[in-house]
Amino acid sequence: MSRVEFMQGNTACAEGALAAGCGFFAGYPITPSTEVAEHMAAKLPKRKGVFVQMEDEIASIAAVIGASWTGARAMTATSGPGFSLMMENLGYAVMTETPCVVVNIQRGGPSTGQPTLGAQGDMLQCRFGSHGDYSIIALSPSSVQEMFELTAKAFSLSERYRVPAFLMGDEIIGHMRERLTIPDSVEVAARRRLEPGTLPYTAGEDGIPGFPTFGQGYGVHVTGLTHDERGYPAATNPRLHEKLVMRLVHKVESARKEMADYVVTNPGAEQVFISYGAPARSVFQLLHDRPGEEIGHLRLRVVWPFPEFALGEFPDAKTFLVPEMNLGQVAREIQRHTDVPVIPVPRLGGDLHPPAMLAKALEASR
Amino acid sequence: MRHEVRFSGFGGQGIILAAVILGRAAALYDGKHAVQTQVYGPEARGGASMSAVIIDDEPILYPEVTVPDIYVIMSQEGFERYGAKAPAEAVMVIDSDMVEARPACRFVEVKATSEARITLGKVIVANIVMLGAVVATTGVVSDAAIEKAVLDSVPKGTEKLNLAALRKGMELVRVKKP
Repeated sequence: MSRVEFMQGNTACAEGALAAGCGFFAGYPITPSTEVAEHMAAKLPKRKGVFVQMEDEIASIAAVIGASWTGARAMTATSGPGFSLMMENLGYAVMTETPCVVVNIQRGGPSTGQPTLGAQGDMLQCRFGSHGDYSIIALSPSSVQEMFELTAKAFSLSERYRVPAFLMGDEIIGHMRERLTIPDSVEVAARRRLEPGTLPYTAGEDGIPGFPTFGQGYGVHVTGLTHDERGYPAATNPRLHEKLVMRLVHKVESARKEMADYVVTNPGAEQVFISYGAPARSVFQLLHDRPGEEIGHLRLRVVWPFPEFALGEFPDAKTFLVPEMNLGQVAREIQRHTDVPVIPVPRLGGDLHPPAMLAKALEASR
Repeated sequence: MRHEVRFSGFGGQGIILAAVILGRAAALYDGKHAVQTQVYGPEARGGASMSAVIIDDEPILYPEVTVPDIYVIMSQEGFERYGAKAPAEAVMVIDSDMVEARPACRFVEVKATSEARITLGKVIVANIVMLGAVVATTGVVSDAAIEKAVLDSVPKGTEKLNLAALRKGMELVRVKKP
């Protein structure tokens, strides 16, 4: 029997992680993400999982990476300054192909900014924040139900592709309460085991090597240095480095269609809103309040890798309007993929775009 | 039918819990849609606290409260910051032990804090008295729904006290009605 709750987004996120079989959480409390850690602290030990409150966010992500190598589905949750601190080790997770889920309940920045208010200012940071070239996966929920579903999905994608998956929430969805239906079980892809006799970083066509879990008899060297198929450092070999980085990028980018998760409304529209996360709720309201008009809406549940083919779902589009709680971070990405004019509709300050603000942007774009 | 309910008081009175219980009653036991939010800042403790619930028969799209039609006010500062501008069509339930001012809209006075402290023996249940009063005044959720929501939201061992507080709040309003 599924269970129905009236629950906060952050708690729903923790429930989604538990349903996905998360067995390890390490984190450092920070507003507005703390309830995720709180709920995991209450629930994980009762399921023989491990919860550790670390000394900071650098240690938190380090512990998550270590736990993942023991085979655990591992997660941390943070916001703003904590997310910035995690950047170096997130690159390490990418380079070592470590499955892990990082929840960022975004708040206003830069710096300490607005701890208790919402933002989407970290959408490029999660994509590009660590040094070097790489690709990651990022999901953005627009409801409490999606905080649950997309957290579980983040585990699935991270395990399958061996890359960090980011649940890019925001304070608005994180702290509001709505009805949540928790299903009996959630399906999560398992990471593929390394075939004995195969080198640990030998990948097939999909670019994803099998995983040699610690403690199961494999002898593996795990390093952030450029490494060969054995996992041994080979940092001065130019072509090997190129091949490795290209594989790390390609295994994510070549699966864009497989990972794509978006919702299309009114595909025949000429004016199309593109949203993700909380601002989608303002777009919903605008479309609801103007039933006679054909206004398009592309809502991204997976933002990275960016599903550029989704723009083609609106063949008559004359304008893409992109409401974001930042100065146009994903709008910039959309611009790269289309000749249709892209109009950012930024909202800073912590509160949602009022539907009237979107209406104004719509009128102005006609 | 859509209702936007705004609760205000000071940090520690259970302003947020009251809103959560009301939202829970609507969403889980009355088959409606509900979204609960709060104003929440690093400096909130002891200061004015505000929380809100939207209750609707239809799914709630935009989750922020725009024009509340029901106010539940438990402190003078809360009134000044979040209740003073209540529109004329709204209804306000006021803890008259805590709020001196009166709004221009229709209002109901309830001595929730003194009833909680003296009659029920625990001042901490004043928010539940107010919850009973607002349900009796507006019928925004059913009596059965709010009772169930109170029972599954309060700490174990306090069910009887909280249920008594809820019923006291309802009774205080219903006795006054002609």
